[in-house]
Amino acid sequence: MKNELLTGAELVVRGLEHLEVSTIFGVPGGAILPAYDPLYDSPIRHILARHEQGSGHMAEGYAQATGELGVVIATSGPGATNLITSLNNALMDSTPLLAITGQVATEAIGNDAFQEAFTVGLTMAATKHNYLITKASEIPQVLLEAKHIATTGRPGPVLVDIPKDILNEKAEWIEPKLLDLPGYKPTLEANPKMIQQAVDLIKESKKPLLYVGGGIIHSKANIELFDLAKKFNIPVVTTLMGRGAFPDGDDLCLGMPGMHGNYTATTSIQNSDLLIAIGVRFDDRVTANPNFFAQNAKVIHADIDPAEIGKVRDAEVPIVGDAKSVIKGIIEKLGDAELETSDWIQEINTMKEEYPLNYKQEDKGPLKVPYVLEELQKMSDEDSIVVSGVGQHQMWISQHWKFTKPNTWLNSGGLGTMGYSLPAAIGAKAAFPDKQVLALDGDGCFQMTCQELITASTENIPLKIVVFNNGNHGMVRQWQKIFYNNRFSASELTHHTPDYVKLAEAMGAVGLRMEQKSDVKDVFQKMLEINDKPVLVDCVVDPDDMVFPMVPAGGSNDVIILSEEDLKKL
Amino acid sequence: MSERILSVLVEDKPGVLARISSTISRRGFNINSLSVGPTNIEGRSKMTIVTELESVEQVKKQLNKLINVIKIVELDPANTIESEVLLMKVSINKDSQTSVIEKANLSGAKSVDVGQDYAVFELTGTSKELKKFENLLKPYGIIEMIRGGRIAIQSNL
Repeated sequence: MKNELLTGAELVVRGLEHLEVSTIFGVPGGAILPAYDPLYDSPIRHILARHEQGSGHMAEGYAQATGELGVVIATSGPGATNLITSLNNALMDSTPLLAITGQVATEAIGNDAFQEAFTVGLTMAATKHNYLITKASEIPQVLLEAKHIATTGRPGPVLVDIPKDILNEKAEWIEPKLLDLPGYKPTLEANPKMIQQAVDLIKESKKPLLYVGGGIIHSKANIELFDLAKKFNIPVVTTLMGRGAFPDGDDLCLGMPGMHGNYTATTSIQNSDLLIAIGVRFDDRVTANPNFFAQNAKVIHADIDPAEIGKVRDAEVPIVGDAKSVIKGIIEKLGDAELETSDWIQEINTMKEEYPLNYKQEDKGPLKVPYVLEELQKMSDEDSIVVSGVGQHQMWISQHWKFTKPNTWLNSGGLGTMGYSLPAAIGAKAAFPDKQVLALDGDGCFQMTCQELITASTENIPLKIVVFNNGNHGMVRQWQKIFYNNRFSASELTHHTPDYVKLAEAMGAVGLRMEQKSDVKDVFQKMLEINDKPVLVDCVVDPDDMVFPMVPAGGSNDVIILSEEDLKKL
Repeated sequence: MSERILSVLVEDKPGVLARISSTISRRGFNINSLSVGPTNIEGRSKMTIVTELESVEQVKKQLNKLINVIKIVELDPANTIESEVLLMKVSINKDSQTSVIEKANLSGAKSVDVGQDYAVFELTGTSKELKKFENLLKPYGIIEMIRGGRIAIQSNL
């Protein structure tokens, strides 16, 4: 018997249900309108964002918090172009995303029709892969392939562009099956020979260091990483994207290295004789000038994406594979080996004591972000999800927040997208309504996507937002202080406009404010007690505070600026 | 710097050429020649990419990430048969006509169209041979010239 005929739009919704998608984020519009009709009857929850960029970051936050596919839907033209920032962001941070966009009708394509944009062309370099659908019957199969490509290998965003006439065209629902993709076969299992070579180097090493990043989190390899580090006493640095892959607070955890990394993490890399790099890409924010990076170290580089290996730094032992399988292989082959790392760990511990992170919060002085963060962490849930914007506050959070679990730290690491925090936090809270989700944002960042606070209020997503309000683009101001002779060109925002408390109230949230040390506990107490509405705290902080340590862009990681006085070194 | 030749087997799907060229320009790779055409396998095209990059490994790896790219082989120049087609329109007059056509024929070119004041030649050969031919006829006045891009195949050892 022939299956009943469905419209392309119905095939999209049925296809998403078939992929077990439970929540999607989006904004409707002309070309995608047919798809919104069957969505009305679907059990899939649609969260109506106020801007497509926001909807994209929501899907990213959902994906980063769950480790599963995030789905976003938008219309043609401006709907699709507004999504591009989030697609590129997901590409840089390897976040599995499926974007479905409406397109003008097939016969209008290429004619500069109303709300037409060349979405496949525009997003080619911002996605892992993309599709233009030409027949309704392709839809179920393409959606399945898109999910497969987005979630396997090195995850990333995949876009499916569907012309409006195809959404209205009828076709049979045929259960999609994953077919062979001849050009897509990610290597998951590491070559045992390479594992053996890695193990040989590890056994010889006196100063091994695990340099790990987002790959550990994508691979869900944190337990294996913990076993490797603890069993063989190997210290660990976690990159910005890898925070939470190894628990802060453990003796072996050195935290984040790099431009604003702590002294010990950055210097340990410089002093190491063997970097065991897993799921990292030797980003310039970690390496500074790569010619001066870890000059004493041999490198084992394991990554699921072969293109990352040797891109920045040649590896003595290149390993292509999934982090989990690589680490398991190394543990197994190391067997009962005992590494002599105690002198090395002693050297590191001495550094930790000599060069701790520091800040100074005066009783009557302006609030300092690190102090506020430490107070907030004391009061918040252990497994709360922290979602950051980009800039000074992001660096302070990465430095001072103690992350103990993967997927609890969401941020825009690669692309550095201001405006990421609030919408991504909405996505995370939509995925985990019972978890505490904290959007810790800067004022400059918040203003870029603040309309999504309306989404949070109207969709009943009671997250907590702290806006670190220094009245400036803080990181820009910091660079202008250091490199541009205090000429604050276009970096001032003002503390008072908007009035964040009133803005929050106008958008259906609760607004609170803290301005001095004595406010902090009470205000956070109130914030944490309110669970039926989003709460925003306007946290007025010192505009002149700077993030240290700092290694200037293109500098050497051997020359770390530890404080304002140290700037004279430059 | 020596040339490196990549032979890239791709799925014959819309946009593949755009994906390849987007990746090449996105990563800042310079290429000398790119040609594309169908193969004996249905649904598969082959691209020949010639570059002088030392970091050809990065090009290979980045192109390999494209879902529509099936296989990339770097051809060993010592063992590669290479060919390219050229069409050239040369101006002629009564005085030059004979020597132009003679030179072209001696070079192995075929005259495919001859008019009162012009002749069109077709030549297939290595890029070196094509360059030589161009230099040979330059003095007579080249009106228009086009080269089809280099294609290459590995010889059996």
